[in-house]
Amino acid sequence: MVDVSADKRTYRGGGAPAPAGLGAPVSHDLAAPRSRTAPSRVERDLRLDLFRGIALWLIFLDHIPSNIVSWITIRNYGFSDATEIFVFISGYTAAFVYGRAMRERGVVVASARILKRAWQVYVAHIFLFVIYLAEIAYVSRSFENPLFAEEMGIFDFLRQPDVTLYEALLLKFKPANMDVLPLYIVLLTTFPLFLWVLLRQPTLGLATSLLVYIAALQFDINLPAYPEGTWAFNPFAWQLLFAFGAWCAIGGAERLAGFMRSRVVLGLAVAYLLFAFAIVMTWYFPRAGYLVPKWMSDWMYPIDKTNLDVLRFVHFLSLAVITVRFVPREWPVLKSAWLRPAIICGQHSLEIFCLGVFLAFAAHFVMVQVSESVTAQVLASAIGIVLMVAVAWLLSWYKNIEGRSPGSRPPDADLAGGEA
Amino acid sequence: MRALAIALISALLCMSEAFAEAHDECAVAAHLVTADYALPQVATAIANKQLNIVVVGTASSLLAGPAGKQEAYPSRLEAALSKQLPGVKVKVTTYAKPRTTAEEMEKEIEHIVSTDKPALLIWQTGTVDAIRRVDTETFRSAIEDGIEAIQAGKSDVVLMNPQYSPRTESMIGVLPYAEAMRFVALQHEVPLFDRFAVMRQWVESGTFDFVEATKKIDTAEHVHQCIAELLGDLIVKAANMKGPGAPDHH
Repeated sequence: MVDVSADKRTYRGGGAPAPAGLGAPVSHDLAAPRSRTAPSRVERDLRLDLFRGIALWLIFLDHIPSNIVSWITIRNYGFSDATEIFVFISGYTAAFVYGRAMRERGVVVASARILKRAWQVYVAHIFLFVIYLAEIAYVSRSFENPLFAEEMGIFDFLRQPDVTLYEALLLKFKPANMDVLPLYIVLLTTFPLFLWVLLRQPTLGLATSLLVYIAALQFDINLPAYPEGTWAFNPFAWQLLFAFGAWCAIGGAERLAGFMRSRVVLGLAVAYLLFAFAIVMTWYFPRAGYLVPKWMSDWMYPIDKTNLDVLRFVHFLSLAVITVRFVPREWPVLKSAWLRPAIICGQHSLEIFCLGVFLAFAAHFVMVQVSESVTAQVLASAIGIVLMVAVAWLLSWYKNIEGRSPGSRPPDADLAGGEA
Repeated sequence: MRALAIALISALLCMSEAFAEAHDECAVAAHLVTADYALPQVATAIANKQLNIVVVGTASSLLAGPAGKQEAYPSRLEAALSKQLPGVKVKVTTYAKPRTTAEEMEKEIEHIVSTDKPALLIWQTGTVDAIRRVDTETFRSAIEDGIEAIQAGKSDVVLMNPQYSPRTESMIGVLPYAEAMRFVALQHEVPLFDRFAVMRQWVESGTFDFVEATKKIDTAEHVHQCIAELLGDLIVKAANMKGPGAPDHH
């Protein structure tokens, strides 16, 4: 069948375009041994960092409620949103970095690193949760208005802090906008096993992932949430995108190269994006809803984000086809100062993601206190992104000074993929 | 005694002036309240001079305090409709239970429809589901089932989505639920009172300040009066529309 031998499992594209690019963060200690067949250097594929950085900005903008600037984000013009980009690229980089580690240092070492990363993400999530609790506790003490007696129900969670904290530690209680990190924690904890299969039988790995996805949809499999229901991002469904990213990283991209180059595929991708755009436009102009035939809306709706609807997945694939086509790996602009801010954000995705969640809270808080005008919304959005870039720059600087002190070069884990 | 009477009369005058003003303020959001679909049962009921309406909802269909039920929008709707429909006996009954999700309400709707036999059921929901983060699919299908039960019981339905509450907006993700209701309303061709959009419009145009912390109930009453007036307009307009199955009552 489809066993791709270790020799073919090169990490470089060999000139062939691949979804969201090839290559990924690479550390010095592990980069050397396998870099044979390639045009000389093993360089980070900056496209991964670039698009992950942009996805982080978009997620931040989308998380600020009633923010006019969020109209620029892709979720308003198609089925998928920044989450898909983010999950895919994270799967890609995770497989790239830990796949190399697994092959060169063994299953145990690689698994230990992956699980350490999962633990870091867990701690980061709990940290954000504490900030969330602090905010609702403050608002519950300072805000009272009989008109919003019903909305005050959100403070019920503070009435039984033991249960709330316990459920949060179990990742069952997740406040609004805090669903992505728990998804990553689950994806990472199961990643060692998946990666092990993927490195031996890539096709089997991907097929298993697809089966899990189909089973999750077919039998409504999801993890339980508190106080009721299930996870907002079903890990059994969303793992498909993460797994697909991982598969692309360990050689799948080359196998798709011909497919990605095909004009027919490009045409289909463009057509699908236009179709999605047209459908989404009918959501804003309800009168235009009549233009969507009944059979189509019956078949199409609801477009389910929880279970990564196929329509969303295909929308993401179409975006990837076009991106890979028009943003080549060697595009000189990638190295220009203009794209640097997004790229450094993408290189520190866990930290910048967490910062973005916090900044979205903070921006909304300030807007409510001071002004909700359009100017305030634009200003808050801009300041937030500037802060994200500044912190990313600071983190790069830290990494540099730590890397320079002799003997203290940390292993690749923190630069590694699998980052939130 | 006379001083007291004068004070009382002037207070009453001020109040009526306040209401006149309220009406203009409400109108800021009037363009967001559109009668997209007809209400044939309401039209029949108006023709028969007896209009019974039931409100099923949660705490935002009530107001706090002993007089809360009288001050909330359902009672004010009764008054507004009586004024707009002279000669028609209008009765609005409220079944509002705090902390109930759409799914929990849906289980009681069939019973309410069969015992009360209202011409119209106004279903206010969404906020509790958002607080409890009920799966939006579960929420949506509960509303769809509810609409079918209401229509099977020969009643019309108007959906009312959550309030816009800027202060809690980053903590309660209400928008997906408000949007789910917009979507279901379109799919099932029932009118929606888009309370979320209306209240947001009031904030954007500076009509009301929803961020202010206060124990006073006057803003709340004001808002409920506006909701009642706009909702009343919606019902009368939708009843006058000639939709599928609408009786020719002109």
